[in-house]
Amino acid sequence: MSFIVVQAITGLASAASLFLIAVGLSIVFGVTRVVNFAHGSLYMLGAYLAFSFVAAFGESFLGYLAAILLAAIVVGGVGAVMETSLLRRIYRAPELFQLLATFGVVLVVQDLTRLIWGADDLFAPRMPGLDGAIQFLGHAVPQYDLFLIAVAFVVLGALWLLFRHTRFGVLVRAATEDREMVAALGIDQRWLFTGAFILGAALAGLGGALQIPRQAASLSMDLNIIVDAFVVVVVGGMGSIMGAFVAAVLISELLAFGVVIFPEITLVLIFMVMAVTLVLKPSGLFGRPEFTMAEDRRNPDPPLRAGDGLSRIFWWFLLVAGVAAPLVIGDFAVVVLTEIAILALFAASLHFLLWGGGLITFGHAAYFGLGAYGSGLAVFHLSLGMAPALLLAPLAGAAGALLFGWFCVRLSGIYMAMLTLAFAQMAWSAAFQWVGFTGGDNGILGVWPSAWASDPVVFYYLAFVVCAAVIWGLRHTVFSPFGYTLRATRDSALRAAAIGVDVTRHRWLAFTLAGAAAGVAGGFFAFAKGSVFPDVLFVSTSVDGLVMVLLGGLQSLAGPILGAIVFTEIETELTRLTDLWQLFLGLLIIVLVVVLPHGLVGLSALVRRRSS
Amino acid sequence: MLRMRIRTHITATVAALLTLFSASFAGAQQDPIRIGEINSYTGPLASFTVPYRNGWQLAVEEINAKGGVLGRSLEVISRDDGAKPADAVKFAEELVRREKVDLIAGTFLSNIGLAVADFAARNKVLFVASEPLSDAIVWEKGNDYTFRLRPSTYMQAAMLAEEAAKLPAKRWATVAPNYEYGQSAVRAFQDVLKGLRPDVEFVGEQWPALFKLDAGATVQALALAKPDAIFNVTFSIDLAKFVREGQLRGLFQDRHVVSLLTGEPEYLDPLKDEAPEGWIVTGYPWQGIEGTAHKAFLDAYRKRFNDYPRAGSIVGYNTILTIAAMLEKAGSTDTDAMVAAMKDLQLDTPFGPITYRSLDHQSTMGAYVGRTAKVDGKGVMVDFRYANGADYLPDDATVRKLRPAK
Repeated sequence: MSFIVVQAITGLASAASLFLIAVGLSIVFGVTRVVNFAHGSLYMLGAYLAFSFVAAFGESFLGYLAAILLAAIVVGGVGAVMETSLLRRIYRAPELFQLLATFGVVLVVQDLTRLIWGADDLFAPRMPGLDGAIQFLGHAVPQYDLFLIAVAFVVLGALWLLFRHTRFGVLVRAATEDREMVAALGIDQRWLFTGAFILGAALAGLGGALQIPRQAASLSMDLNIIVDAFVVVVVGGMGSIMGAFVAAVLISELLAFGVVIFPEITLVLIFMVMAVTLVLKPSGLFGRPEFTMAEDRRNPDPPLRAGDGLSRIFWWFLLVAGVAAPLVIGDFAVVVLTEIAILALFAASLHFLLWGGGLITFGHAAYFGLGAYGSGLAVFHLSLGMAPALLLAPLAGAAGALLFGWFCVRLSGIYMAMLTLAFAQMAWSAAFQWVGFTGGDNGILGVWPSAWASDPVVFYYLAFVVCAAVIWGLRHTVFSPFGYTLRATRDSALRAAAIGVDVTRHRWLAFTLAGAAAGVAGGFFAFAKGSVFPDVLFVSTSVDGLVMVLLGGLQSLAGPILGAIVFTEIETELTRLTDLWQLFLGLLIIVLVVVLPHGLVGLSALVRRRSS
Repeated sequence: MLRMRIRTHITATVAALLTLFSASFAGAQQDPIRIGEINSYTGPLASFTVPYRNGWQLAVEEINAKGGVLGRSLEVISRDDGAKPADAVKFAEELVRREKVDLIAGTFLSNIGLAVADFAARNKVLFVASEPLSDAIVWEKGNDYTFRLRPSTYMQAAMLAEEAAKLPAKRWATVAPNYEYGQSAVRAFQDVLKGLRPDVEFVGEQWPALFKLDAGATVQALALAKPDAIFNVTFSIDLAKFVREGQLRGLFQDRHVVSLLTGEPEYLDPLKDEAPEGWIVTGYPWQGIEGTAHKAFLDAYRKRFNDYPRAGSIVGYNTILTIAAMLEKAGSTDTDAMVAAMKDLQLDTPFGPITYRSLDHQSTMGAYVGRTAKVDGKGVMVDFRYANGADYLPDDATVRKLRPAK
């Protein structure tokens, strides 16, 4: 019994940290609709800053406390810079585009942190005055845990007062409910957005700073926390402060008792909670159903025409270049080109969902990875050759998409995106931890092409032909009756349903189709690399896909192809040249986002406008 | 300041010219021997790989200053894989196809080591796997072209199990990150310890997700099992959390703790004055190792980098020593000759002589086993001894069973 009470207190302390990071994310999303991937970076920055401040003046309890608060304030300032110099410029860009910008910030902050503080983990001293444990029911309970719990309640109370009893808070709530109405009433939205972003950033910084008496500041903090924070926000309901609190407590307590009962599956547990919540309550525990990212499309994209002169030239050029390239370039360039062909298909399949169906997914790596694992496991367990193993890849991708899609297509907007992420992370956890079947982290080796295709040039042509054919198929589908119906469900699900379209079924089918196409790409990826590892299923693979699509441009079928080419080339060359490649890649993404808010394809639109 | 910088520039230029000059004499104007090197130099792993890079840079400089190998200088072409196996394979392709390197070396993460090893076998390129720990690299998935330097998970777990068997403890609990490394380490430790002490039992196990240790809850759950002793495999940020929570909650009071790799400066130093005392660990006590070979390495390293070496530094250094010794023995950069030379290759390192076993391509480089203590507010290893890797490998028949014959 006493164990249960003490373990519950431990869980509450973890919940306190989780709440602080999640609530800031929730506020920022509620007001600005920005999915801020850099929220974890702000959290990491808070921890590093607090470490330095503590080293300077943290010898007493008050000094330590001041160090933590100062770190939070500085991170709030960083948030102000980020909002006014970057995000403010791109609120009008297509939705999700801010995501790309914040991803650029993640890369930049990661490298800058390494430059400033070095790569070693930094372990701060304990907080003076709270550096011991009290005896409680025969167990030791760290004093700092109790302090953290108290801080969480103080922050919760302060936020409640802020949102109920100040003009700023009321406006933030109003903006969360209806942005346009707030604007119509003559409120300067810009400062409201900036204010909300500063608040969110400072809370992230506070969350990070409060962690340093518990854990070392390290460069893996940013990505480690961001997915968990998203889970908490989504389970609680986007934009809901109370929701973030309840969800943080729920998840932390489950984890605290989970390690006692089934210590092996703690990684999956958190995603199972999210999946179950979203299936039962599609907008989170405290969220409102109408509150989605794709609010309504009052300005739907112009109807797509089947290629005018410029885009036709682009496609023919690609085809000719793809066929002719191996004749003129070196061996290694062929290897890179193979990767580009494969990733172009991956990006195209993601684009098919994002743009063709308006279905936002953060977990597209699942189907790419399932394709790779489908092929890899077929080689490893069944000793199949390359051709039959490659045939299994789309089946594996489609099967996964069929299963996960059934749940996902019932949701919309950000909730759907998060459920796709949850399924992808569950698949990743299974691959990572189920060593007996998948080989775990050590992966599956020896997935090499058959003898006839072992020459890089031959394998390139094989990959190029198949990937080009599938991309062509996807393009064809967009212009088929199915494609048009799908776009009708995207532009107005309500009207589409009113004329008798089964919206859910169309989306489910689109999901499965995109899953199969991503599976093909995954299968080829496995044979190109000779091995399959869990990281093909990881969130970073999904993010890479999103970056390619958004970099190229969302509103054109050429976008994902262009994005895959540019992203792969830049990454390959930059990593060869410099250790600071993340910094340069991040800066490049940020500049591109600001200069070309419609992606690289936006360039051609500019050219077209000039010439006409 | 500026003048100093100019002066260093001039010195560097003169030194470079001199090297060029002497190399062109000694090397009879031959091209350098090109070594492709891949590791995870950016991101969270940089704190482990940068000391390793210093280590191999030092060795390359020392060898080239003496005129290189086979009359040719060594040139290392290094790439960052960003901790992604797929990118590591891409750069292996690049190094072999575009840069035309003579052999590949490096890697830190086990999965990247395995991916590159598989690539090496397929493309018939020699691969000296310097840092990855996984047993599979030389056993289940071993191949003709891959040789591994660092003592493996099994070897280090066996060293600790031998010490653990001497303890009175009967009830053991384990805590390890839930992935291949953690699982193999626990399995190896349990197997060897049970072989030595049939009376021990394992009463609890914790499998936190890597880098996501829920420290308070895990410590409580371990205490609930009431073990006499704990075997720990967590490392890096997980270790720091585990140590602080465990000390706060009194988990380590009156309990023995045996901990893998914790004596390596990479893992011990970040704990500063909270470094645990009395844990039995494997590691690298650079401050106290006797012997002239290590002394020379230590002095040269500190002089060159103004920093003390980490475990990775010695691995990086030994990697290049291995390659140089192998080239001398092979007499050429022909891959078959180099692979043949790697088998039963013997060389002297700062840790003493090591051999690359022809049986499974594992080197006999060992590790230091000792207890942790605090000196001047910092964690160090005391009462340590060098455990020769050769003594902690299974017998040959078992190894043959583990390693597929082609």
